[in-house]
Amino acid sequence: MTLSLTINGTRHDIASDPDTPLVYVLRDELKLKGTKLGCGLEQCGACAVMVDGKVVLSCVSPVEVFDGQEITTIEGIADTEIGQRVQQAFIEETAAQCGYCTSGLVVAATALLSDTPAPDSAATKEALTPHLCRCGSHPRVLRAIERACAS
Amino acid sequence: MSLDAYPLVSDWLTPEQDRLLIHTGKVDIGQRISTALVRIVQEELALPPGQLGIAPVRTGHAPDEGITSGSNSIEQSGRAVAAAAATLRARVLDIAVAQQGGEPANWVLEDGFVHRTGTNIRISLIDLAGDLPPNLPIDPDLPRHSPAQSPKPDMRGITEMVTGTFTFLHDLDLPGMWHARRISPPHAKATLQEIDGSAIDKAEAKGIQVIRDGSFLAVAGPREWDVVKAARSLGIACTWDLGGGFPETDVFAHLAPENADRFPVVDGTPQKAPVPDALDAPDLSARFERPYQMHGALAPSAALAEWTGTELDIKSHSQGIYPLREAIADSLELSTDKVEITHVPGSGCYGHNGADDAAFEAALIAIALPNTPILLKWSREDEHAWEPFAPAMAVQVDAKMTDGCVTAFSAEAHSDTHRGRPRPGPNRAGPAKLLANRFRADAMAPYIAPPNMGKHAGMHRNLDPIYAFPEKRLVKNLVQNLPHRTSAMRCLGAVTNVFAIECTMDDLASQTGMDPIAFRQAHLTDPRASAVLRELERRLDNRGPRPDGTGRGIAYAQYKNAMTRVGIAVDVTVTDAADVRLDHAIIVADSGRVIDPDGLTAQLEGGFIQAASWALCEEVTWDRDGITSRDWDSYPVIRFDNVPDIEVVLLDTFDNPSVGAGEASPGPTVAAIANAIQDCTGLRMRRMPFTADALKQAALAL
Ligand code: FES
Ligand code: FES
Repeated sequence: MTLSLTINGTRHDIASDPDTPLVYVLRDELKLKGTKLGCGLEQCGACAVMVDGKVVLSCVSPVEVFDGQEITTIEGIADTEIGQRVQQAFIEETAAQCGYCTSGLVVAATALLSDTPAPDSAATKEALTPHLCRCGSHPRVLRAIERACAS
Repeated sequence: MSLDAYPLVSDWLTPEQDRLLIHTGKVDIGQRISTALVRIVQEELALPPGQLGIAPVRTGHAPDEGITSGSNSIEQSGRAVAAAAATLRARVLDIAVAQQGGEPANWVLEDGFVHRTGTNIRISLIDLAGDLPPNLPIDPDLPRHSPAQSPKPDMRGITEMVTGTFTFLHDLDLPGMWHARRISPPHAKATLQEIDGSAIDKAEAKGIQVIRDGSFLAVAGPREWDVVKAARSLGIACTWDLGGGFPETDVFAHLAPENADRFPVVDGTPQKAPVPDALDAPDLSARFERPYQMHGALAPSAALAEWTGTELDIKSHSQGIYPLREAIADSLELSTDKVEITHVPGSGCYGHNGADDAAFEAALIAIALPNTPILLKWSREDEHAWEPFAPAMAVQVDAKMTDGCVTAFSAEAHSDTHRGRPRPGPNRAGPAKLLANRFRADAMAPYIAPPNMGKHAGMHRNLDPIYAFPEKRLVKNLVQNLPHRTSAMRCLGAVTNVFAIECTMDDLASQTGMDPIAFRQAHLTDPRASAVLRELERRLDNRGPRPDGTGRGIAYAQYKNAMTRVGIAVDVTVTDAADVRLDHAIIVADSGRVIDPDGLTAQLEGGFIQAASWALCEEVTWDRDGITSRDWDSYPVIRFDNVPDIEVVLLDTFDNPSVGAGEASPGPTVAAIANAIQDCTGLRMRRMPFTADALKQAALAL
């Protein structure tokens, strides 16, 4: 049985085994390398994607779970106006150091602002708490999200 | 140092088509050295960013600048690149004058051109640079050019990072490449006895290769997920000899003078001399401790290697590609020119993590599978259990006072080595420090490091208090044969030393009834230190008194007593559940001339967050079955929900040389948090991390 996934608006027939976690399908089969692998344990947020508008960690759930759903990865974030605003704000605030956590955070911030256009700082911090950054870019990420709301 | 070994302009700057390439041996690890180098050249030569590039950092090509560490990149690579650019500027102007006349003062550099003012003569700077003799020596005495307007901050790679197109080592995807995973032993004392043959057959039936050398075991195959699954099933099929179990040593009890090689430390430098007697009847005595902690990079270590049958080509996120090349070549009995290592970014690590070990392991797998690029990734568990940790440390402080002034101060640091990088040295030190060499059939014993006698190196970094105490007694106690492999992590001993000294300063201030800032000022002689604390005080006055029920702590340190000066104030709340919440922080820093203010701010903030995580959350744990802190649940770290508002103030002292700041804020951060907890609860926390459990226990012990 082949699966089909809609990723960033394009349908893909998937050849991977249905038990393969989504992140490996994205990175290795579809060569979408923007989604990162940090733990494979749903503990760090590096692998976040959006599924039907909600943040989902892609490193554990098998790809078959996503059959027929709309998936947005970091490569498709700029397709929405909110996503563009978030990316622009991250650039203006230089909200990254090594950048390994950044795509997950951009995805999470876009999902947050799509749901809540002007979250307060507590709501933003709560939404980002599943995401780790080991370089301490947190203050800049928080400033970037504020900037994205204001623009 | 970099300039002596590489004295030519072309060692650092070369024109390449329509760009000027910067050559450096320092690598980007999230500290933005490449952005700072580009800015240095931009300021000097007024080249647009599109005309500047950084050459790949590759053995045999890049200047050998040793290890990217100790916040030395700006002082070493930065100074060399700046001097090369200043020489290039002067000589290019000479050529312009010789060709087109006028005086050097008639010419300006703008937007990639050399322009004779008042005329329409404009010559491409890159073209002129191409006319310079290749052996042009750097003139290190030329003054630095200061442009009227600094170039706009423009962090290299930021656009690619936010759009998901920045290539990390983990993202490399070469034609014919195979993925690899290792199968790790349960702990460092275990050896592989046997593998159930049917598990190997099963893996091989799926196109997976099993690579074994003694107790080093790995799997490789064309599809990553298949390899991950194979590593799991093979792990279950292994029988290990547990060697009597992993030692459950009480490390803090063991960190004591009777187990140590002891050296008095004078002016930051350990001496081979008898240790002076302890202070007689001190007014204050206390011991401060830090557990083993890990670098815990967000991406587990990885490396890519390919073996052609005669040569090894390695991509690594190591911070020291030249020493690593020697260690790998020596381990494999190859000559160094048969091994080439190129740096490719990994995720920020701030010290010696598994990068070097992974590079060697990828090479071992690649040699077993010639002509196939092998991308080895450690799993999250591998990284948590096998990276070299920052050593556990204990600092005993004793002080004597007269009339509100410290008259004698003693600090004794105890820890295992902070120096586990695979640098070459006697007894094949390089190979002995690569993890896999302990497990291969021809196993090497764990390396016992000689004491590091360098100034402010290792555990004695910042052991010497910056204050003018009439009598100081400082001792380094190197304790070895402890259970874990240890190495360099951001700041080395400075974290625990500054934690100890700055908490003691607060406790001494409170004994005399003095304000903590005033007490420190009374013991400082460096005017720049006083200026930092005055600015901190002014900012705190603007903020007003701390709200009821919260605590405020401050701390001051100058990294290595020679680099960036940092004063920090932190406001905290302690919840009913004894959780420490960080409310607000102020960081005042003096790093001399500021090159990249945004990058500097990022370093200071990043150092604060990492140190807050060490202070509040992080601790490696283990039992006789091995490491028990194997993921982000069992080894918690700070998350967004406890990130305070951080105010960073840079005192740009333009006439002073630029000094590194990547490691300046962590020490004072830990101390300021401890002092704030003390202010809020009356509890003096002397062992990191200050978790809710630790606070509750301290309260019960009152
Ligand atoms: S990689 Fe998925 S949460 Fe860490
Ligand atoms: S920027 Fe390095 S992990 Fe976040």
